[in-house]
Amino acid sequence: MFTYDVAVIGAGVSGASTAYQLGHYHVSAILLEKCADVGFGVSKANSGIIHGGFHHPVSSLKAKLEIRGNFMFDKLQYELDFPFRRNGILVVAFSEEEMATVRKLYEQGVANGVRNLEMCGRDRLLRLEPKLNAEVIGGFFAPSGGTIEPYRYVFSLVEAAVRNGVNLHCDFKVEQCENDGEAWLLTAADGRRVRARYVVNAAGLYADEISRLSGAEEFTIHARKGEEYLLDRNSKARPERVIFPVPTKHSKGVLVIPTAEGTTMIGPTADPADDKEDTSTSSDHMARIVALVRQMVDGISVRDVITSFAGLRPVLDSEDFYIAPSEKVPRFIQVAGIQSPGLTASPAIGEYVKDLLKESGLTLTEKKDYQYDLPRHREVRHESLEALDRLHAENPAWTHLVCRCEKISEAEIVEAVRKGHRTLDGVKFYTRAGMGRCQGGFCSARIMQIISRESGIPLEELTKKGGDSRLLAGRLGELPVQTEMEAGK
Amino acid sequence: MIHLQSCDIAVIGAGAAGLAAAAETAAAGRSTIVIDREELPGGILRQCIHNGFGLTYFKEELTGPEYACRITGLARQAGAELRLGCAVISAVRNADGTFELTLLSAADGVTKLTARALILAMGCRERNRGNLAIPGTRPAGIYTAGAAQKLLNLEGVLPGRRAVIVGSGDIGLIMARRFRWSGIEVEAVIEIMRHPSGLPRNIAQCLNDFGIPLHLEHSVIEIGGRERVEYVDVAPLSDGVPQLERKFRILCDTVLFSVGLIPENELSAELGVELNPATGGAVVDCDCQTSVPGVFAGGNVLHVHDLVDFVSAEAAAAGRAALRYLDGQPAAAKNPVRAGANLKYAIPNYFSPARTTEFSFRPLILSNDATLTAELNGETVWKRRLRHIRPAEMLKAQLPGDLLQQDGELVFNLIQEEVQHA
Repeated sequence: MFTYDVAVIGAGVSGASTAYQLGHYHVSAILLEKCADVGFGVSKANSGIIHGGFHHPVSSLKAKLEIRGNFMFDKLQYELDFPFRRNGILVVAFSEEEMATVRKLYEQGVANGVRNLEMCGRDRLLRLEPKLNAEVIGGFFAPSGGTIEPYRYVFSLVEAAVRNGVNLHCDFKVEQCENDGEAWLLTAADGRRVRARYVVNAAGLYADEISRLSGAEEFTIHARKGEEYLLDRNSKARPERVIFPVPTKHSKGVLVIPTAEGTTMIGPTADPADDKEDTSTSSDHMARIVALVRQMVDGISVRDVITSFAGLRPVLDSEDFYIAPSEKVPRFIQVAGIQSPGLTASPAIGEYVKDLLKESGLTLTEKKDYQYDLPRHREVRHESLEALDRLHAENPAWTHLVCRCEKISEAEIVEAVRKGHRTLDGVKFYTRAGMGRCQGGFCSARIMQIISRESGIPLEELTKKGGDSRLLAGRLGELPVQTEMEAGK
Repeated sequence: MIHLQSCDIAVIGAGAAGLAAAAETAAAGRSTIVIDREELPGGILRQCIHNGFGLTYFKEELTGPEYACRITGLARQAGAELRLGCAVISAVRNADGTFELTLLSAADGVTKLTARALILAMGCRERNRGNLAIPGTRPAGIYTAGAAQKLLNLEGVLPGRRAVIVGSGDIGLIMARRFRWSGIEVEAVIEIMRHPSGLPRNIAQCLNDFGIPLHLEHSVIEIGGRERVEYVDVAPLSDGVPQLERKFRILCDTVLFSVGLIPENELSAELGVELNPATGGAVVDCDCQTSVPGVFAGGNVLHVHDLVDFVSAEAAAAGRAALRYLDGQPAAAKNPVRAGANLKYAIPNYFSPARTTEFSFRPLILSNDATLTAELNGETVWKRRLRHIRPAEMLKAQLPGDLLQQDGELVFNLIQEEVQHA
């Protein structure tokens, strides 16, 4: 049986970033994901904020990695081509009490070494963001903050890692993790096994279970739920900057987020969840969230809501990240409690884990032939008409629009399927097809046909997100039919 | 090479509206191009394999696909060109008053089409679970009624085995029957209002004939299930508030949403067309002309109709008006029309003195005895007693031009004699 140098459990931002780092070295590595696709856990349902480095004191590991991670995004985007904009963050205050907190945050940011932070009066704020409620009295501006499409970022990291020799197994839910003295033997629910000398536990909400299975530290990951509401891209309330209220003890508050793909998101809430799979939403939150954000941007309307979703933050009692080699078992790196600002910190998390592996004895020799540039991601909505005309000459599927709301072509969907995204949600997160205002009402059937055609999976076997999430229940004519006479009174 | 093309009239949408409009304009000798994203013409009619269409427009009862064939035939015979599998990705008005549409299709790549007039016939889309923010999980098995209809009738696949239908709109009712005919159980139809939002004939033929329970004044308070839908929790409403102590669970693997339609006016907005919040469609004069000269709208893109025949008739009128516009006739006068008591809207939004005009209304009340009145500058110029008024059913009234002799404001009221509140 082949023995990998490193197995990374969990293909969310932390695991994907670690895999991406390992791709730069002469090591054999494998990324294991329990879901049908990468990024399908915590990373998928995320606010997509690249934070500005002022929310946490620099003494925390969180803040160190957040600040370093923020710096790393420009280079990563240049290499990996995912949607990311440094459109800046505004923290806004509507009372003198709130202004006092704003000043503290500003000072914390300055102490953390964040550059270009700016205290703002009302006029400056309204010039930076005309959509703000005019009753704002002041705040501050963090120009290095921004927004990212988190799932696209994970896909890009994994693609880069795979292109550079890292293996990927999806639907691999680790159920056993045993150390035979030389290496770890990981067994999946379906019986597949992987052997690796080092294990990185980046299992998100389940990092505590993986740790326990491996005989490593005992700790508990709590799930803290965040609900988000997505607004139509035509919403007139869409601001240019990310707008934060003054934070509370447990959360950075409910934000107005102009996403990197041109829509607007409002949220998240922050409520404890008993169940690590409980990503349900509730209706009273919508009214509350809309009321909260309307204090900041008064043009936001319930009518613009096209969908809602919830994500779970993996939280440790310490509220800090726990990234360290296990003190109980050998060659086992814990990456746990990666809640906000985990996305911002993730490039630095990958780098930090790589360094910990090295310190734990893994030999890392840099590759001379690292493949830097991924093939450019082409998207109809970002191409000029002349470019579309050339693409059409190569392949007419480029000018066949399948998703009307988000303008996604058949060629983009085919590309996603060929890259291994074979669930409806996988294709949706990869291409955006089905993310727009009709929420797949018009295009789902067409997308399912394309997935089936390209993957060879029969239509009725397709799933929404893997597992038992079957989209259909068979072919017409398969079920016995009661006649009207029998059914009636 | 980007194709350049021009025509007199571009019609956006090849459904019951667009094809009817194109049949009119092409028959009059105006070069007409009808554009549609689908590979086949007919729009949503193609998936409506039940009958009940065409009684007024074709004077015989047809199925949806038959109606689609007929109306496509009319447009083609009149000489309209159908550009199918083709999406309009942008629409702008040029300085000279013509329009430039940018089209994308697998067949032709990129085309810039210049037209002297536009007819908007994009129809509508379905409201979905996200618009309502129905709480719960997001498993597989949640469909809009129209999406399920497409899967079943056009793809031949079963969306599920045991369904609950949310909303008593006509598509949902039709789907309840269609599901039963396919062997899919239908556990219940849940409606938040006190009365059904679909037509009475559909309640009778699609629910009552099959013994499917209709829970009026009930709301889905949660959708449950991890991977596939497992249940919905339903509670009765009292003054719009769910009575949680009386909630009950219905086991199912599928939830269909039939909770209303939204006119698709994103392109209209791009053109600068003024929209009416009451309908979700354009503000139009008595010629179906929008606020942008040369842009006409008809059918479900203007306001949601109950019957396809009315969709075609309204769009055909828009087509005839577009012909008059191209002939250089002046636009109709713009005297405001207002929806007064008990009416959600009145269409058109303007009247022109001395022009006989057909108005459409959506009532807000349910009544078996009410009077629809028209007041011109405060004076009642027309009235009609109506015996059957349902919010699900559009009202229509034709006012003869001789009653509308002066400029001013026309207000319609629906005055109740004896009323049950909607």
